[in-house]
Amino acid sequence: MSLARPEILQTLPGPEDITRVELPNGIVVLVRSNFESASVTLSGYLPAGGLFDPPEKLGLAHFTALGLTRGTERHHFQQIFNLLESAGASLGFGASVYNINFGGRALAEDLPLLLSLLAECLRIPRFPQKPIERLRRQILTGIAIRDQDPADRAEMMFDEVLFPNHPFGKPTDGTRHTIARITREDLLAFHRHYFGPRGMTLVIVGAVSAEQVLEEVQRTLGDWQNPLQPAFPEIPAVAPLAQSVRSHIALPGKVQTELVMGTLGPSRLSPDFMPASLGNNILGQFGLMGRIGNVVREQEGLAYEASTSLNAWKDAGTWEVTAGVNPANLQRAIDLILAEIRRFIAEPVSWEELRDSQSHYLGRLPLSLESNAGVAHAILNLERFQLGLDYYKRYPALVESVTPEQILEVARRWLDPERFAIISAGPPME
Amino acid sequence: MDSPTLFTKLANGLTVHLKEIHTAPLISHWVWYRVGSRNEVPGKTGLSHWVEHLQFKGTPRFPPSVLDKAISREGGVWNAFTYLDWTTYYETLPADRIGLALELEADRMINSVFDPAMVEAERTVILSELEGNENEPLFQLGRAVQQASFQHHPYRNEVIGNREDLLQITLEDLVQHYRQYYVPNNALIAIAGDFRLEEMLQRVREVYESLPAGEIPPRNIPVEPSPSGEKRLEVHGPGETAYIQVAYRALPAAHPDFAVLMVIDSLLSGPASLNMFGGGGISNKTSRLYRALVEKELAVGVGGGVQATIDPFLFEITITLPPVYHPDQTLRAFDEQIVRLMETPVTSKEIQRAIKQARALFAYGSENITNQAFWLGYAEMFDHYDWFVHYLDRLSQVTPMDVQRVAQQVLTPQGRVVGFYLPEGNLPGGAP
Repeated sequence: MSLARPEILQTLPGPEDITRVELPNGIVVLVRSNFESASVTLSGYLPAGGLFDPPEKLGLAHFTALGLTRGTERHHFQQIFNLLESAGASLGFGASVYNINFGGRALAEDLPLLLSLLAECLRIPRFPQKPIERLRRQILTGIAIRDQDPADRAEMMFDEVLFPNHPFGKPTDGTRHTIARITREDLLAFHRHYFGPRGMTLVIVGAVSAEQVLEEVQRTLGDWQNPLQPAFPEIPAVAPLAQSVRSHIALPGKVQTELVMGTLGPSRLSPDFMPASLGNNILGQFGLMGRIGNVVREQEGLAYEASTSLNAWKDAGTWEVTAGVNPANLQRAIDLILAEIRRFIAEPVSWEELRDSQSHYLGRLPLSLESNAGVAHAILNLERFQLGLDYYKRYPALVESVTPEQILEVARRWLDPERFAIISAGPPME
Repeated sequence: MDSPTLFTKLANGLTVHLKEIHTAPLISHWVWYRVGSRNEVPGKTGLSHWVEHLQFKGTPRFPPSVLDKAISREGGVWNAFTYLDWTTYYETLPADRIGLALELEADRMINSVFDPAMVEAERTVILSELEGNENEPLFQLGRAVQQASFQHHPYRNEVIGNREDLLQITLEDLVQHYRQYYVPNNALIAIAGDFRLEEMLQRVREVYESLPAGEIPPRNIPVEPSPSGEKRLEVHGPGETAYIQVAYRALPAAHPDFAVLMVIDSLLSGPASLNMFGGGGISNKTSRLYRALVEKELAVGVGGGVQATIDPFLFEITITLPPVYHPDQTLRAFDEQIVRLMETPVTSKEIQRAIKQARALFAYGSENITNQAFWLGYAEMFDHYDWFVHYLDRLSQVTPMDVQRVAQQVLTPQGRVVGFYLPEGNLPGGAP
């Protein structure tokens, strides 16, 4: 008997209520109306991420993204934010390895304003000197704060160890040295060279009709072209660690140690993804953080937070355990976690555990897809990973078809305790 | 606000608030207890938060191994929060599974197990949570400012408690606190979602009405004297980033001028929201302090907030200083904006703007059932649900003279605490 209930399935987004249109210039627009709400949420990306950063100017894509709202050919910084904030609206940009990402929200009545500003920031940013220098100082302050944060430091080194000399191993927000080197001309050149409609995806969810959205998008973005826009480069392949790497980052004055340990994981498009995802839920998410949480926090009381996560992108992924522990308990926590990993790859999970996680995955859909932001996020992922507009209709079968043996096979493929990156950051070790 | 609601009180004193919403097949169930750090005495800080943690250690009927999986299995979410005036527990579940939340919360209202070994394990967990907090410069600064802002009132204590107390609190302390405050007549059930009001009320009665009422101990809060003069303090710690935090004694949420204070917060530091769920806020780039401090290179960030509380708590502004910083200069520029608000009436247009921002945030918060259930209970912790229902109306009645009057009353330099976080890695006026 299926765990999915028909009355819930019919509330999920699917081909019958998502409108997908590809404009002649390449922009993909996806719309789902929700007239139960009073607002509209906008979300999307275009392929111009940190991947394109020169090594000596890491953080260029991120700086460019943040600089988009600092002034355009039509409005200066204060005018842009006055338009947004007076309407109770928001619009922001960021960068990941792959993309410039953007998101916004407004009352439905203000959708034209939101789309006009989005288009303006993407197409005709000016990167004016004074606001850009102020932004640089803000980015540098953020980096200084980041560099003193044990969790951030551990995560950064973890990525660096797993992805040496690879785009995934570099900080997308840059370093204090690379940010200092970036000039206004670099921002202008980055925009001129990499920003364009090809590969852009825009999702709109809320109290608006698809017709209205398409009309507004066509008006503001339909004639955008950039002949210079390059093809997306191939991501280099990654190899797993040959042996475990153990590293500690000393941060004097800190009280608690943050631990990140793990390995590469499957990409989102890999057939391993769903078995790994359900396995990860059992290992360190389900209930009070799964088996790992049960041992490290509940049984031993060593950590306030101890959990696992599976991070899956288009070309690669990671499988991580994180915990915050008192320095005196650090080695014990590491040992307990590794013992739990060994147990996890020694024998299949029980059918009961798997059934629980499958129930969880299906039961949580209404909650994750309740708000406009949740739906926009889901639809964006359908497009990003080419899962198909009918993905949520197929989802129950995908989840329920996973077996304990498949999880074991996948866990053995990815989780080798002898090849773990084990990174901690916190008080100096004695 | 057109969803049907039902408010009642059961025979055992349990308050019940229900709201019917059919936009998603979900129900969110909240239990609110009128107990928080405000109810603690010196030497026992952190007691309420610790009891909250222990509510996840099970009952005879719902042992820990069952309890932690039951909600997750159904695809629900659950959590608990402790604050100054209240402790709350919520579960949001698919609508046809909400019976689990009803049974669980009714059971642990009176049957939570306080196993000595689990209590000791949780001591380590809470100390670990405290240590995680202490890794954050702003926690260190905020704690020092909060302590300096009150002489006697328990609002001076961080909700999590201080280390010395956490090391000496006993099993008996925890059990007694639980027995005293976790009773139906000190509780409110708030449920919003995809159900019929009368049917849900019947279900609530079935599981909660038989629970025995208790005698709630009186809490004689020490009388907090009016602030006697500006206090300044410094916190030194790791890092390279300096901060200033300015805290004024605020107004209780039930005060008729609280809405005016919210407008002041919006004007100074950006659109204010008390939503717990609702996916983020609105930026503050056109706020007065952003323009006066960040745009003049005296800060790289500024934020603020006021909390809805029973007694007066704090209206606090946090300023992040740039790599090369001059704190006295920044504070002077900050004070110019405070004086401006006291001496020059704001325009009606500025107030209208704050109202539209509040209306937008209200709409965003209405988008999910969990946040609507949150508000069904939250406003009762400091006033009444009508406070929430009429909030936008009260905002729309705020006048420029109100803003000036309340600014003069609340934002006096004689009544504030100014805290500086000075990083050991970067001295004032110097390059890192």
